[in-house]
Formats: sequence, C-alpha cells, structure tokens
Amino acid sequence: MFEVPVFDDLNAWAALPIILLALGTSILLVADLFIPEDRKRLTASLALGGVTVSLVVAMLQALGVEIGEQGAAFADMFIADQFTYVVNVIALSSAFIGILVSYDYFERAEVKRGEYYSLLLFSTMGAMLMGASRNLVMIFVALELLSIPLYLLSAFRKPIAASEESALKYFLLGAFSSGFLVYGITLLYGATGTFDIDGIWTAAVEIIDGEISRQFTLIAGFGLVIVGLGFKVGAVPFHGWQPDVYQGAPTPVTAFMSVTAKTGGFAAMLRVLVAGIPVVVAEDIAMWQDTIQVIALLTLVLGNFVAIMQDELKRMLAYSSIAHAGYLLIAVAAGGTEGIGDQAAQSALIYLLAYTFTNIGAFAVVVAMEHVDYSGTKLNDLKGLSNTNPMLAAVMALFMFSLTGIPGTAGFVGKWFVFKAAIDADLVLLAVVGVLTSVVSAFYYLRVVVNMYMEPGTPETQPETPSLRWALGITAAGTLILGILPYFMTELAEGVTVALIR
Amino acid sequence: MLDVYAPVAPLFILAILVGGIILILSRLMGPSKPHARKVATYESGMRPIGPAVRRLPVQFHRVGMLFILFDIEVIFFIPWALVFRDLGFYGLAVMGVFFYVLLIGLAYEWFAGGLEWEQ
Repeated sequence: MFEVPVFDDLNAWAALPIILLALGTSILLVADLFIPEDRKRLTASLALGGVTVSLVVAMLQALGVEIGEQGAAFADMFIADQFTYVVNVIALSSAFIGILVSYDYFERAEVKRGEYYSLLLFSTMGAMLMGASRNLVMIFVALELLSIPLYLLSAFRKPIAASEESALKYFLLGAFSSGFLVYGITLLYGATGTFDIDGIWTAAVEIIDGEISRQFTLIAGFGLVIVGLGFKVGAVPFHGWQPDVYQGAPTPVTAFMSVTAKTGGFAAMLRVLVAGIPVVVAEDIAMWQDTIQVIALLTLVLGNFVAIMQDELKRMLAYSSIAHAGYLLIAVAAGGTEGIGDQAAQSALIYLLAYTFTNIGAFAVVVAMEHVDYSGTKLNDLKGLSNTNPMLAAVMALFMFSLTGIPGTAGFVGKWFVFKAAIDADLVLLAVVGVLTSVVSAFYYLRVVVNMYMEPGTPETQPETPSLRWALGITAAGTLILGILPYFMTELAEGVTVALIR
Repeated sequence: MLDVYAPVAPLFILAILVGGIILILSRLMGPSKPHARKVATYESGMRPIGPAVRRLPVQFHRVGMLFILFDIEVIFFIPWALVFRDLGFYGLAVMGVFFYVLLIGLAYEWFAGGLEWEQ
C-alpha cells in the first residue's frame, strides 16, 4: 500500500529552535488570558524567556554543535543547514530586541493586550521557516505566517487612525502580493512539475537548454515570484506601501517588521533564485540576474534620494529601509553569477545581521522620543538632544553612522562584504552605484547627527525604563562589537552554502 | 474517449421531454388564478422586498468565521481515520500535533470570550 514513515526520518531535532518557539508561543497565547491586565509585564518576560531558550539552541546550532543532522528534514519540506541556522539567529535576535523595545511603549500607550507577544513570536517563526523551506508551498505558508501577524500588529494602536490605516493598507497590498507569489508558484509547478526547489533546479536545466517556447512558463513563474517576494522586502517598483505602513504602525512594530520581514523575504529569495534556477545561460550568469540588477538600481536610487526629502524621522527610516533592501538586492544579484552564490548568501546574511542591530536600535531611539499621540518624531524635534539626553544622542549617532556604513560600525562590515560579492561577480556598475548612493545617504543620516549635536533646542524625551535601556544597550553594543570585531559575523556565515544539500 | 458518456445522452433527452411535457400539460389544463403573493419572487417565506444591505449582528460573523475554521480543520481527521491502522503510532503522534494546534485555538477562543454571544 504505502510505506509508513518513521520518526527517525523526520530529523525533527534539526528544527529544534522553531519547535521550541512554537510550543512556547502556543502555551503563552493561552496562558496570557489568565494574566490580569495590570501584570502584562509577566507576559513580556515569558515571551522573552521563550525566545532566549530558542536563541541559545539556534546559536549552538549555528556555532557547529550537532543538534539534529544537517540536511533535509520533514519529508524534504524543511532544510537544516548553516543558512537556516544563521537565519534563525537573526530572526530570534530581532524578536528578542523587539520585545524589549515594545514593552514600555505599549505600557505608556496603555495598550494592555498580551496577544501582542504571541503574534510577534508567530511572525518570527514565519521568518525562520522561510529560510528553512526547500519547498515552494512551505515558502508560501511561511510567508503567510510571517505576514498575517504583522498586519495585526500594525493595528495595535487601534483608536489612532494612522495605525488602523497602515494595517489596512498593509493587509490589502500584502494579500495582493501573496496572490502574485502563488501564481508564480503555480506557473513554476506547471513548467517543472515539482514544488521542490532542488527538483526545480534539475528540471530547469533541461528547460533552459531546450526550446525558447518551453522557457516562457518558467520565466513568467520566476518573474511573479520575484514580484511577490519583492513586495515583502520593499524593493522599488513594489515599495509603495512601505512608507505609510512604517509611519502608521506602532514604532516597536515598525522596528521589528523592518528587520524580520526583510530577513524572511531575502532568505526565501536567495533560496528560490540562487538554489532554484541554474546558472547555465550564456556567460555563466543566471537568467534572472538582469532583472534583479535593475530592481536593485531602482531601489538604491529611489530609496536614498527620497529619504533626503523627509522631515519625519519614522518616514525617513522607512525610505532608508527601502534603500537597505537595495544593498541586499546587490547581494542577491551577485548570487546569479556562476560560483558566487555561496559568497553572495554569506554577504547577505552578514548584512542582515548588522542591519538587525542597527535598525532596531534606530527605531528604539524613536520609541524613546515619541509621544503617546505619535508626535515628537520630526527631524526638528531632535535638535539639541545631546544637551538634554547625551546618552540617547550618542547611541543614535552610532546607529546613524552604522546605517551610513562608516568604518568601525557593523553597517560598514555588511556593506563591505556585499560590495565585494558584487565585484567578484563582475557587477561593477551595481557596486559603484551602491557606493555612490551610500554617499547620498550620508546626507540624511548625518543631518540627524547635526540636529542632535549642533543645533540649539531642548527636546523632550520619554522617561527611559529598564527594558528600553537594555534594548538600546544591546543594539548599540551589537553595532559596535560587530563593527570592530567582524570575526563574530564572518565566523557564523562561514559555512553558509545556498545550494541545497543533496 | 467520449463514448463513456454516451449513456448520459438518452437520459438528457428523456429529462427534457418529461419536464417539457409536464410544464406544457399543467399550463394547458391547470386552473390559473394569479395573486400578488403567488407571483412574487420566492424567498423562503420572507418579504422579498427591502434593502439589500441590512444590519446583521456582528456576532454572527464571528460565529460563522469560527465555524468555518474548525469545520475545515475537523475534516482533516477523516483521511486519518481511513488509514488509522496502517499508520499506527506514527499517525497518532502526527495527528496529536495537529490536534494540539486545534486545541490551542479552541482554548484561546473559549477563554478569550469568543463563544459568548453577549459581551
């Protein structure tokens, strides 16, 4: 009849971080209902504890401790390799800092709903699974698991119209883009007859060598998948939702989603494009490389130039986050050259890790500035911050330097690896544009520093509470340490291969 | 290949014939006394005239949504029941995981007050 699977074949231990997090979150979801409203700190602490346990396991795996075998798991749906492990570490770190940033903010805003933490953790699981999928259907399910909690989280400041508006915009456009992704997946299935990324590779080799007419479905499928994932990471022709959503969503949610959604999106993009489509077209480059190059150029130019025009800190950071998607797209494009795939994936992960600490840190400063009614985050409100709150100004300056990519900060290391991958892949134009737009970005990032240190003013800041101070401390320390000792990041990323273990 | 469907053709013809004959006969021979209620559009006994957009209790949508969720999830148990003996303990454990997820959803819904009509 059929063969009954055996437990040992599942290789479930390899997915231990996600399993632990799923168990913990599902218990937290129900347990939270019995925690009275004035003691929601307990929910936050429990969530933090759960993430810590999961993060420790993920770290051990990433550092080479054998927990479960590397390779396929769960009937070829799941793949556990260094790539998966590093994505786990990035997603869990952002969840950890995200929870720290959130608690005080929602306490101040008097939003007393413990579901927040469960939703945040569900979203983290989605990002972790996106890096671990070797099946297109899994990628879609993981993407929905990542996105749906984010739609809800955006609306968490319910009576405020901006928050509701951002959630609705995100939901409608997100649902639309999921449609593109699914359509792309069906076309890929139609072209290759399989959902398995490895199987797609094998089938695509034949199709690319064959007649032109057979390639059409494959190209259309990949195009639509790029559209769907491009939306999630905010690449330029599909970025329209991002400024409004980032501005309207509660700031801690923006901090979390700006990192987690990108981590998940880029992990899936690297898997599907670099591992799924063979590099056998003329001159050893992949058929999708030009497409990604154009998207990357547009993203870099538009993101950086429009950010200059913004006078609102959250909106400026939203455009800056579009620009950073552009730098990550450089890495993806580099992966399209024969032999550069692994290096590109490593550089993208290093960039993401650096970006996680820096960007959540920058938003944590916004949380420390923002008033309960969403005001107080204009660029002018930062004037004179170094007098009223020197520590806050100092860490903000650090984050701005890191986002610009000034040596000694994590951002520099990330950019260095990405540009190196681009040059090794012969994408000199892309690297040059990347460097030039970094110079442009220095204008708006350093304007923040100038406002804080060289302009007179007495801005109000929110009273700093321990968890926010911890969040700022961890992100600032992470940004500095990874910048001065990039060894930690490169060590983690060293064994990353994007090709699937066969 | 279409030969398989050949027996359906006589059935079609017969159905059209019988239906047509009955309709024609009743039109020709039956008494006809039209009445406002009789000729109105049939809508399960309700008044057919009124605005299409009506106020509905919002709880109705919540119950409807929850019903569909759990209904679809419970359907997954049926294929398992069919191969229950073949799958043995493995199947039980896997469905246990599925059931756990279902149970967490139900527990959340219940304790969060999703099943209360009045709040």
